[in-house]
Amino acid sequence: MSSTIGISNVNRVYTDTDGNQVNALNDVSLDIRPGEFISIIGPSGCGKTTLLRLIAGLDKPQSGTLTIDDTRITDVSPERGYVFQQGSLFPWLTVENNIAYGLKARRVFKQNRDKIGKYISMVGLNGFEKSYPHQISGGMAQRVAIARALINEPKALLLDEPMGALDSFTRADLQDKLLELWKENGITMILVTHDIDEAIYLSDRIVIMTPRPGKISRVIDVDLPRPRHRGGGEFLAMRRSILQFFELAQAEPQPEYVI
Amino acid sequence: MNGQIALKGGLQNAAANEKPAEKTGVKWGYKHNGYYALKTLFTVAGFIAAIIVNIVFPQKAEVEFKTYIISAFGLQLSLDINDAYIFVLFALILVFLGIGLASLNDKDKRKKYCRSAAFRFALGIALAVWDIGGTKLQIFPQPFFPGPAQVIETYLADGAYVVQNTLYSLRLYACGFSCGVLLGVGTGILIGWFPKVNYWVFPVLKISGVVPAVAWMPFALTLLPTSFTAAVFLIVICAWFQIAFLTAQGIQSTPKQNYEAARILGSSQLDLIFHVAIPHAMPDIFTGIGSANAMAFTTLVMSEMLGQPGGLGYYINQSKVWSAYYKVLAAIVIMAVLFSLINYFIGLIRRRTLRWQEGVLKK
Repeated sequence: MSSTIGISNVNRVYTDTDGNQVNALNDVSLDIRPGEFISIIGPSGCGKTTLLRLIAGLDKPQSGTLTIDDTRITDVSPERGYVFQQGSLFPWLTVENNIAYGLKARRVFKQNRDKIGKYISMVGLNGFEKSYPHQISGGMAQRVAIARALINEPKALLLDEPMGALDSFTRADLQDKLLELWKENGITMILVTHDIDEAIYLSDRIVIMTPRPGKISRVIDVDLPRPRHRGGGEFLAMRRSILQFFELAQAEPQPEYVI
Repeated sequence: MNGQIALKGGLQNAAANEKPAEKTGVKWGYKHNGYYALKTLFTVAGFIAAIIVNIVFPQKAEVEFKTYIISAFGLQLSLDINDAYIFVLFALILVFLGIGLASLNDKDKRKKYCRSAAFRFALGIALAVWDIGGTKLQIFPQPFFPGPAQVIETYLADGAYVVQNTLYSLRLYACGFSCGVLLGVGTGILIGWFPKVNYWVFPVLKISGVVPAVAWMPFALTLLPTSFTAAVFLIVICAWFQIAFLTAQGIQSTPKQNYEAARILGSSQLDLIFHVAIPHAMPDIFTGIGSANAMAFTTLVMSEMLGQPGGLGYYINQSKVWSAYYKVLAAIVIMAVLFSLINYFIGLIRRRTLRWQEGVLKK
């Protein structure tokens, strides 16, 4: 089911609206193990979403390579599911038709019709099959988005701040759901977030990125036993050390002040 | 102090009101059967009044009441135009009673029916006033404002011809508008999807779109083989530009994220057009169809008035020549009913298609 994702020496430069060159990713290398839950955290502008879009195939690097099971990633593929921050559901389709979209797009709907019900109950949305996206809450909409990605049985699920727009109760609820789905499906999870607690609670490893230029500064192994307790001593210690890292990172001299 | 007392009174009243409510089971309102019966009576009371006025009010002005013989279902019916008017009033009463009966078991329809009662009552009263002013006393300027009985005379005297012209209009509209919608949506999709088409076609559409379609009539009438195709052409272009414009806008405003999500889920390019862009553009397409529809009615009647061998516009023109204003009014009544029906059906299709928007938009 799951697979190895290799990122080596990837560079991505953007030209912003003022014509300036923005170094979104600078020589980024990372190996993601099969079945791993990995989080990418960092302040805005550090290139974490850019990296996720490159893995998805929505964007291409200027140099460097991205591979999945030793094949180059050149385009998008249903084998790398993607969950957007919000609002990516098709508003004209019901919950069940949104979830069925991948099956229909891949022309395998008829033989897999019964899978829809399975995925609806997997994300706990029984009774909302016929609802339209605007009729359900934000947390439910994200669960639909996750089910929609999972029904294609991807090797990896890429999550771009899927809980960024949710309130803290819904967020905690969805985090547990995500862990459950991860265990059930045994796929690789790559989560982009700016929430340190979320990263510690969910991940096997945390990748810390820093901006200007966007690069990986540190990779932390989270070897806390599961299920994790958000208020536990080790949990808080790890949280403190990550926060300290960011304060230090910010104290480093910035290139624009160098004459 | 006063407020307190009023509050107490209110509470006591509420308690007192509970007892009769328990008996009938329903509060006084549109859900209550007695209330509903009264509203039904109110609805038809105006038309009953119109009948009474017609019978009781003395005929002062000199109006010729021609008698026509109608044969239907093997029966020969001799009817003067005043009888026909009363007959129509009876029919209206039956129709509104029928609607009342049909709405009996539907909560929303009941509410709507009760709310319409006052207006329907006023409609009946207006008919009575029109009858007095147009037929009984003829105080309205003649021959421009004949009474309701004379307007109905048109359908008795000229029935088959009116039907023939109505069908002609309907055929013209159906041909022109359906072609216009198909071409408009098609062009709109091409413009919205392909930047090249947008670059070359969109400005042409924008400039020619502001010209009223009837301006092209001289060309249409001389270049096209029949006057029917000429009128179809005019309706086509008036619908085409409007719908293409809005379809293109709807396609172009599809969020990038929807395309990206669809691509990752396995969509082909064609899927992106047919399962993402077009569904997203649907509300705009229907806005285009709605406004194009109104323009199509105008174009239809204008072109019928200016160069068609039939149609309601042609009928109006022909009647005007003979100063038969009662026939003009009769044709206008048919237009009002016909175009309202067309609008109703378009609205029905729109609500069906855009069911997913229910509750998002303010009604």
